[in-house]
Amino acid sequence: MRAGFIAEEIAAGFRRNLTMTLAVIVTIAASLSLFGAGLLVRAQVSTMKDYWYDKVEVSIYLCSDASDTPSCSGGAVTPAQRKQIRADLKQMAPLVQQVYYESQQQAYQRFIKQFKNSAIVQNVSATALPESFRVKLSNPEKYEVIASAFTGRAGIEQVQDQRRLLDRFFKLLNGLQTIALGIALAMLLVTVLLVVNTMRVAAYSRRREVGIMRLVGASNWYVQLPFIAEAAISAAIGALVATGVIASIKHFGIDQRLAPSYQFTSFIGWDAVWSIVPLVFAVGVGISVVAAAATLRRHLRV
Amino acid sequence: MIRLQGVTKLYRNQNNPAVEDISLEIAKGEFVFLVGSSGSGKSTLLRLMLKEDRPTRGTIHVAGKDLNRLPTWKVPALRRTIGTVFQDFRLLRNKTVEQNIAFALEVIGRPKAEVAVEVPRVIEMVGLAGKEKRYPEELAGGEQQRVAVARAFVNRPALLLADEPTGNLDPTTSVGIMTLLDRINRTGTTVVMATHDANIVDQMRKRVIQLDHGQLVRDQARGVYGYLS
Repeated sequence: MRAGFIAEEIAAGFRRNLTMTLAVIVTIAASLSLFGAGLLVRAQVSTMKDYWYDKVEVSIYLCSDASDTPSCSGGAVTPAQRKQIRADLKQMAPLVQQVYYESQQQAYQRFIKQFKNSAIVQNVSATALPESFRVKLSNPEKYEVIASAFTGRAGIEQVQDQRRLLDRFFKLLNGLQTIALGIALAMLLVTVLLVVNTMRVAAYSRRREVGIMRLVGASNWYVQLPFIAEAAISAAIGALVATGVIASIKHFGIDQRLAPSYQFTSFIGWDAVWSIVPLVFAVGVGISVVAAAATLRRHLRV
Repeated sequence: MIRLQGVTKLYRNQNNPAVEDISLEIAKGEFVFLVGSSGSGKSTLLRLMLKEDRPTRGTIHVAGKDLNRLPTWKVPALRRTIGTVFQDFRLLRNKTVEQNIAFALEVIGRPKAEVAVEVPRVIEMVGLAGKEKRYPEELAGGEQQRVAVARAFVNRPALLLADEPTGNLDPTTSVGIMTLLDRINRTGTTVVMATHDANIVDQMRKRVIQLDHGQLVRDQARGVYGYLS
């Protein structure tokens, strides 16, 4: 093994094939950035799930003057009804772990806090928000038990499982993630084609050297290594750029913009970024090297 | 050194075989001319010995190895025991004389120290001392072919295959190349040279194997190019 000699060959390959190599680097950087962004969304969804599933409750909204469901035909909930509902809920232990009561005024305070950055606050008054019981279940999957026991009962406007609302939101995020990963996949395919083409051009432009190497008995390893190393280095540079993009999304996008504005939820930390980066490198370099090796097998056969 | 048994090579899309049912044996240390007109199958035979092609039928042994049974990954090892010289020199234009020769050692992973010793030695031997830093285009045709011979010989192969090495050279220069090949042969290296240069064959009086339309038509020790009348 002659490391110095091989390094010279690789450098010569880069010089000879500069434009194609740049094209490979840019394509790999773009596709890996998207790939990384998709993984960031996935990490974010999982962080939010952990955060929210821990906090979600079943909300039992009580009738107010503004309610118009059939169970509220008797007008706003009466103190007696309220007392009875609370007692019934308490009886449902151990499924019902905890019961909080939230008055209209408390609901309004919480609303203002959550949406302080939104203009919607000005259009909502305390009386527009219903009072509610917030019920924490020992097993959130058993939501139906609560729903069937309380839905339609006089004085209760609606029983709502917050988890279902969240699931709808997570579905949206999952959709975004799928789109990002789909585009990333398409771009990785483009990358493969580009690497294949680059290797073909590289093999052609060095056909004299390669011909002599084969003639004097250079092993396949020696013949192909400069080409494969060229592909691997281009991919690594692309992955480095993509890492920069992913870190920028985390730093500028999440830490500096989203996190200060949406304090009611949690966001991914740097640990999530550092677990994505090795994957981005592995996928980028792996795809590039495999594509290069497969091409060379056809074009540099002994 | 070389043994061919019933070797036939049929190229795709061609009706007539390039070589047909060739059997011959070349001993270690021999100097053999392979003669015949263009298209008679000389180059095909050399390609088969290098395992650049597989025979359609028959077996080929080179340096004790059955080429049909030689796995692909062992082909480089075979070629390290064979030096090759071509009509068109096949030098790298962007490398100097010594770089061209060193390349042959570097790509088979020889250590730097060995390259530093062997390259000047072989340059001296082929008579190019003082021209180490020249580029191929600064050399005359005969000198370029000397570089090619040096590159083929620097690894001290047991067998040297030369395909029309004097085809692009004038008679005087050709004699110089032949002297060089003869000297290499005297070191114990088997030399097989394809040519249709009658003068050279007649002067050297070595073994002559003649091909015609892919058939072996003559195998004569100390022969000449044409038949002796």
